[in-house]
Amino acid sequence: MSKSVLVVGEVASDGVVKATLECISEAKRSGADSVEAILFGSSAKDAAAAAGKAGAGSVKYVEEGSYSLAQRAATVEGVIKESNPGLVLMSANTYGKELAGVLAARLQAGFASECTEVRFGDDGQPRAVRPMYSGKVLAHCKLNGATTLATLRQNTVAVTDDGADAAVSDLALAGSTDGVVLTGSNSDAAGGEVDLSEASVVVAGGRGLKEPENFKIIEELAAPLKAAIGATRMVVDAGWKDFHYQVGQTGKVVTPSLYIAVGISGAIQHLVGMQNSGCIVAINNDPGAPIFKVADYGIVADLFEATPKLTERLKN
Amino acid sequence: MKIVACVRQTPDTETIVKIADNKTSIKTDDIKYIIGPYDEYSLEAAVQIKDEAKGEVTVLSMGPNRVPETLRACLARGADSAVHISTGDEEIDDALVVASALAAQVKKMGQVDVVFTSTKGSDSDRGAVSPMLAELLGLPYLGLVSEIQVADGKFECKRQVEGGIVESFTVSTPAVLCLEQGVRGQARYPSLMQIMKAKKKKIETVDFASLGVDAALNKVEIETLEYPPERPPGRIIDGDSLDAKLDELVRLLKEEAKVL
Repeated sequence: MSKSVLVVGEVASDGVVKATLECISEAKRSGADSVEAILFGSSAKDAAAAAGKAGAGSVKYVEEGSYSLAQRAATVEGVIKESNPGLVLMSANTYGKELAGVLAARLQAGFASECTEVRFGDDGQPRAVRPMYSGKVLAHCKLNGATTLATLRQNTVAVTDDGADAAVSDLALAGSTDGVVLTGSNSDAAGGEVDLSEASVVVAGGRGLKEPENFKIIEELAAPLKAAIGATRMVVDAGWKDFHYQVGQTGKVVTPSLYIAVGISGAIQHLVGMQNSGCIVAINNDPGAPIFKVADYGIVADLFEATPKLTERLKN
Repeated sequence: MKIVACVRQTPDTETIVKIADNKTSIKTDDIKYIIGPYDEYSLEAAVQIKDEAKGEVTVLSMGPNRVPETLRACLARGADSAVHISTGDEEIDDALVVASALAAQVKKMGQVDVVFTSTKGSDSDRGAVSPMLAELLGLPYLGLVSEIQVADGKFECKRQVEGGIVESFTVSTPAVLCLEQGVRGQARYPSLMQIMKAKKKKIETVDFASLGVDAALNKVEIETLEYPPERPPGRIIDGDSLDAKLDELVRLLKEEAKVL
């Protein structure tokens, strides 16, 4: 099989999205002979050339009026049939998750999702590392077949940018729309909040906050750090915070460069969702709390006293 | 409205996962199995939508002999009927194989208006079966739906995508929709009456082998499983006062971890 990689992703007018750059960088590191990218965007062709900096040899830009999974699938399928890449790689973001699954079924191809590493083996077949059981186990998988697919978990690999801009050619959107019609795309009503799965800093609160009103202590600490806000399952089950704030086995898995756990004891259900963060800080009054086993830096103190003081220091 | 809700039986999330001696699977003794924690929410939504749209819900699951226990629990939570694609003593867990079997069964069920799935199984952590199922059924697909309403025989859906954006969609039936946690609130706990009634409902068993799914579809080969590397032990920051400890923390974050 060919050791070529086709990366599929998105480009916005202010640049190629980070999740896509991660895929291109990982493709470059995978031992591939060549890396080609297809980028979907709206009035963003000029920004697509930057995909070359991360390692794409050539870039196809697809002008997309309105998002349609059916059309993306038809478009990418056409390119796969033409260039026969050994691996099609995309981010495990909202779009990559559904596109890769549809294409894998259409092509009856091996598909490893939510990977944290992708490399070609000596036999030319891709190998992927993917967490299972919420990261309690890592699976080393071999992808068999002439064309294979993988999605890469966000924020788990480095972006490289030592290449040069790539040549960008236009590719027409293929296929037709189906019964799923996008009718609107708006900023989250919550307004100004940082998205948890993409955040480089996360501040999370747990049972130690005692009352839902006390969650404002977390929000105040998050503000100067421009951090996303996370919560434990207990906090979500108690209705203090909405489901999409939940970090852990039955919530989101996050890998920010800094994770600050406030009033979180560190149940295994929570730890598996954040233990691959770059640096972990824990504030808890119980020195025996399991969170301190994974924390790089622990502060044993009353969170109601310590957290506002930390917030003050970070404002400066 | 005829609704199919796909569920998967998975190990309890509190399970201590141990790698088996063959290094390619986990030890299954002493595991307690539950309805997939993500599937609880999609089933709850399916039952609510059934009530609103005057429909019926068939819950569908593939897996070994222990699966009917989970299907019985789904019936108690409001599903009307259940189908078990039985793999006997064997656990088959390749996404494409599972999706192919589910698709083959759904095709046998006549007019189906919507298939609901959830974001992932808490064991495989793949989230791959849902879009595959849509493709194999030739139906439109929308993933990660966080709000859903029925209007004029269509679904009005919203989902949260990266960058703090909320996308709104109108979805015509038939379709496959993958539902997020909490899409219709907490999953209900069945009453004793519902549990008793569920015992009388029928669970249909379909032999996996009868669906004609080609085992060669499995192209993802687990070579080895390993435990993730343990984090090096951290430290509790010492200091004469809380202020001193916090000053030291900020210094370490800036100078040692370099994350500020």
